[in-house]
Amino acid sequence: MSEANPAAPVVIVGAAMGGLRAAESLRRSGYTGAIRVVGEELHAPYNRPPLSKEVLASDVTHEAVAFPSRAEMGDVEWMLGVRATAVDLDAHTLTTDDGSVQEWRALVIATGLRARRLDFAPIAGRHVVRSLDDAMALRAELTEGARVVVVGSGFLGCELSATARKLGCEVTIVTPSAEPMMRPLGDLVAKEMRRRLTDEGVEIFSGVTVAAINGEAAVESVELSDGRVIEADVVIESVGSHCNIEWLEGTNLDVADGVLADNAMRAVTTDGRALDDVYVVGDIARFPNPMFDNVARRIEHWNIPTDTGKRAGAVLAAHLADDGSFADVVAKPFAPMPSFWSNQFEIKLQAYGLLGLVSDDDIRVLEGDLSDQAAVGYYREGRLVGVLGIGMKAALLPYRKQIAEGGA
Amino acid sequence: MIKIEVDMNQCQHYGQCVFEAPDNFKLNDDDKLEYVAEAPDSERDNIEAAVDVCPMQAIRIVE
Repeated sequence: MSEANPAAPVVIVGAAMGGLRAAESLRRSGYTGAIRVVGEELHAPYNRPPLSKEVLASDVTHEAVAFPSRAEMGDVEWMLGVRATAVDLDAHTLTTDDGSVQEWRALVIATGLRARRLDFAPIAGRHVVRSLDDAMALRAELTEGARVVVVGSGFLGCELSATARKLGCEVTIVTPSAEPMMRPLGDLVAKEMRRRLTDEGVEIFSGVTVAAINGEAAVESVELSDGRVIEADVVIESVGSHCNIEWLEGTNLDVADGVLADNAMRAVTTDGRALDDVYVVGDIARFPNPMFDNVARRIEHWNIPTDTGKRAGAVLAAHLADDGSFADVVAKPFAPMPSFWSNQFEIKLQAYGLLGLVSDDDIRVLEGDLSDQAAVGYYREGRLVGVLGIGMKAALLPYRKQIAEGGA
Repeated sequence: MIKIEVDMNQCQHYGQCVFEAPDNFKLNDDDKLEYVAEAPDSERDNIEAAVDVCPMQAIRIVE
């Protein structure tokens, strides 16, 4: 590889939470050189989770979700409304869709995910919720009495169902799963979640997929794989996501599932080399977490962009400082605790660890009662790797500690 | 001295801040957040980390 131009900026591609945290961390770690953040959305970084919950239920505005801007970020350059289209790791250049080619001294990959769409013709009334603009467009159609079909029953689909119901909509969930949130929570909890969602008036059609979305100018009905037809005004597709890796085509990075990184969040090539001047943060990063094992995984939990962004910023700042601290910073332990929460009606879920590592036989109630409040443990080979609270919070803390310490 | 404000209309008592700055934040027996509104300057990194990890972005440092 040729040498990077030391006068060029650190370029962070992706202007959401992960990119923001990486930039803040570079500054806090003592890097004083130029930083440029390139982002496809026109909005400055904002907090996504309220877009399916509190904010969607009231007024959807950038102000309501924007992250505060810190003083040390004053001289960071924001290049918004611009999409990265190609990168040359050898020439240290980035190409964007405005036709420009820019040099970088180091690169941070923070382009995250985009919502997957169902493969049907575009028609008014079809929605996804990933961005602020998505939420604004959906909010306008969630009027009292609107018939809403939510496709997919992950956390996002169930949260959107709850919010739409609160806004007075008739809500039907259509899902190929046997139960809502089956994959992340397991059978035991998912069955209880079905009961609660159904009690709140959400209809759930499980074990089916969407065969067609019908309508002339706008959505009129949704046809299911079993032949049933549901009348609908709004279809919300919450059927997973794609990693935004297209711009990395032609590089030798390992992009088999997101972008492979080592525990220092350095990008790793297909031949196993970690690059000191290319980093990966957020949802798109597939990295090993020694809290569990040495398997590299992508983790789509809210805390991960912050934890990986801080880690990448600190390691990169040490690399750029070239003051002999790099090896020590890389060797510092990095084992972020995955955590998530989900609010659906009065149901408050909160979890720590990796619940998805576990099979259904290894899930058991630790405290309380599933039909009321409970703490549920997720075990792998006898070791606690995850804990879920249903309406319980402080009670989870000893289990969280146990997970962090190796689950013994 | 650092002055801290938590918007208690926003706060959903997730308690993520408790791990970052345990001297200033805790969950009480009813799972509600309690906090101390002042911290010494030596706690700045921890308080800023607590601000970052709040899912509701309800915590702010009053400069």
